[in-house]
Amino acid sequence: MSDIAKDPWAKLRAATPARIGLGRSGAGLPTSDNLDFQFAHARARDAVHSALDVAALEQQLAGHEVIHVTSAAPDRASYLRRPDLGRRLGAGEAAKLPTQPCDLMFVIADGLSSAAVQTHAAAVIAAALAKLAGLAIGPVVIATQARVAIGDEIGQAIRARLTVLLVGERPGLTVADSLGAYLTYGPEPGIKDSARNCLSNIHAKGGMSYDLAAEKIAWLTRAALRMELTGTGLKEEADPAEIPDASDATQALNTPQT
Amino acid sequence: MAQYRCNLGGELFRFDSLGEVMAKATPGRSGDALAGLIAGSDVERVAAQMVLADLPLKDFLSQALVPYETDEVTRLIMDSHDTAAFAPVSHMTVGQFRDWLLSDKATAPVLKSLAPGLTPEMVAAVSKLMRNRDLIAVARKIDVVTGFRSTLGLPGRIGSRLQPNHPADDLKGIVASTLDGLSYAVGDAVIGINPATDNIPTAMSLLSMLDELIARYEIPTQSCVLTHVTNSIEIMNRGAPLDLVFQSVAGTQAANDGFGVTLSMLKEAHEAALSLNRGTVGNNVMYFETGQGSALSAEAHHGIDQQTLEVRAYAVCRAFDPLIVNTVVGFIGPEYLYDGKEIIRAGLEDVFCGKLLGLPMGCDVCYTNHAEADQNDMDVLMTLLADARAHFLIAVPGADDIMLNYQSLSFHDLAYLRNSFGLKAAPEFETWLEGMGLINDHGHLIDSGQGAQRLLEAAS
Repeated sequence: MSDIAKDPWAKLRAATPARIGLGRSGAGLPTSDNLDFQFAHARARDAVHSALDVAALEQQLAGHEVIHVTSAAPDRASYLRRPDLGRRLGAGEAAKLPTQPCDLMFVIADGLSSAAVQTHAAAVIAAALAKLAGLAIGPVVIATQARVAIGDEIGQAIRARLTVLLVGERPGLTVADSLGAYLTYGPEPGIKDSARNCLSNIHAKGGMSYDLAAEKIAWLTRAALRMELTGTGLKEEADPAEIPDASDATQALNTPQT
Repeated sequence: MAQYRCNLGGELFRFDSLGEVMAKATPGRSGDALAGLIAGSDVERVAAQMVLADLPLKDFLSQALVPYETDEVTRLIMDSHDTAAFAPVSHMTVGQFRDWLLSDKATAPVLKSLAPGLTPEMVAAVSKLMRNRDLIAVARKIDVVTGFRSTLGLPGRIGSRLQPNHPADDLKGIVASTLDGLSYAVGDAVIGINPATDNIPTAMSLLSMLDELIARYEIPTQSCVLTHVTNSIEIMNRGAPLDLVFQSVAGTQAANDGFGVTLSMLKEAHEAALSLNRGTVGNNVMYFETGQGSALSAEAHHGIDQQTLEVRAYAVCRAFDPLIVNTVVGFIGPEYLYDGKEIIRAGLEDVFCGKLLGLPMGCDVCYTNHAEADQNDMDVLMTLLADARAHFLIAVPGADDIMLNYQSLSFHDLAYLRNSFGLKAAPEFETWLEGMGLINDHGHLIDSGQGAQRLLEAAS
């Protein structure tokens, strides 16, 4: 054994994903644990700052009509400082959106993790569409430097009754590619977050599977179109198996993430 | 409308209101830019600071930044102001007040008796004229001592909250993290859990588990489940073992509405917790959390800068004699505090302002993954806050909160502050740590691991 003081509780690690039983070098983290942490943080930062590869995502969505728009945030730094810009279309972008009345449309927003969108968005859409037969589906719109509310302007322009917006969630150290889905009935700018339904933690590391996400999206879509609403009014009837969203459980302070 | 003017370098700067002077005098940060309140240039900021330096402190008693008629926080501030305590500085301008605070005349006892005479706006104003080192130098002088089962805030000591959160509130997982933290001599301020599922049954089971753990090991500390104040009231009604009442608070009535909290709710909870008489060395039964940007985030900022509003939240806290107050400084995200520089500045401001108002002010030294910050910034801030004699700091296993998805300090970091600067835990807790064989008589962790082994054996 080296100078590193041995931690006798390493076996308790099975009880929690927390970083317990790390041992220590003096009062510091042992080198290997320190590097593990740096790696996790670097991966999370890369997920925030990497640009979405739009061309690759369009290829994954082959067979769908795909339109790419950008928000009013000119770059990542502005996007992070100015949430309001990420919620609006950039100048002239609305002209790319043809009126095309439909029951629902998918919007893909890079949000805070392009990795999440790159990895999961096309698969979730494919799985959901398989359960949405009989509905009129609009084009898929990819929005970059975008937050959730940008879907309202997009949905209004297309005249979709409902938008299903897939967005990269704020990366954590353990999972950097978690996808969220927001359903908004009657999209128009100014709609409140309480008028949306949200699924989160869609990812492959113990999160919600594509199939379960698709099932929930399909259930919520049909319920929303029937009841002509989304949000708190619909949530009360949602599937009790709905998985609680750890990343939203911020009772310490109300952190806006959208 | 009052006009404030400053001729600087041949340019005339005008400010239409006291609120505008305060906002533009504030060191730059993203939240004030987002709110459209920030100075237009560095020179304009200095002009605002010059105007502010010449303003009499008394002006803050006659001009409310948030209307008295519509805001219960303003009413609390104005109605509870202690004129006699204010007298020693009542003739000063904000700039003179800064000079006086830095002078040897402002001793610990003098600052303690002054606190009830200061309003949050006066304290925020003077902080805007102070450099980081000034904030540290004055905060360091201020003694604030509170107690429940441990005594916090004594000279030469720094407290810690052990935060053993788990994404599914799994009791075994929480115990594992708690024991890990105790083995690092962390947890004298509180063992506090943010529940993933925020409801009454979950909170009650977590409280019972912690109560049993504290009793079994006879740990001189207190527990808390950070649930809404109305839940805590109900939990006390149902007889669960609740030590501290938690609540997030903000600096305007409208922002507190957003948290679903009023002063009367806090009063009810405070009285209920006092009546339980669960403390042994003191009866400070409240735990508050604050953070710059919460009012803007709730669209309840009244055109006032986020730092001034943050200090107004401290007026809410001090009305209820808290054991600990915590600014969750980097939690809210880069749209409020963009990078390490802004987070560090805000952490120092918050601890200075809180202590000057007489609060047991601690800090969650933390950041999110979309902020321009990393653990190096946290290293700097925790070291500076230890120097400023923060009441307590928060620590989680390996600096990674797996439930709230952000980074705070690691248990290791408290050990660093003890080893490198000789800072000790609360005296009652220190005695317990020694008895468990976890620390030596210098307060350093013992390498043998036998104390840790003892904790583990007692748990199984």
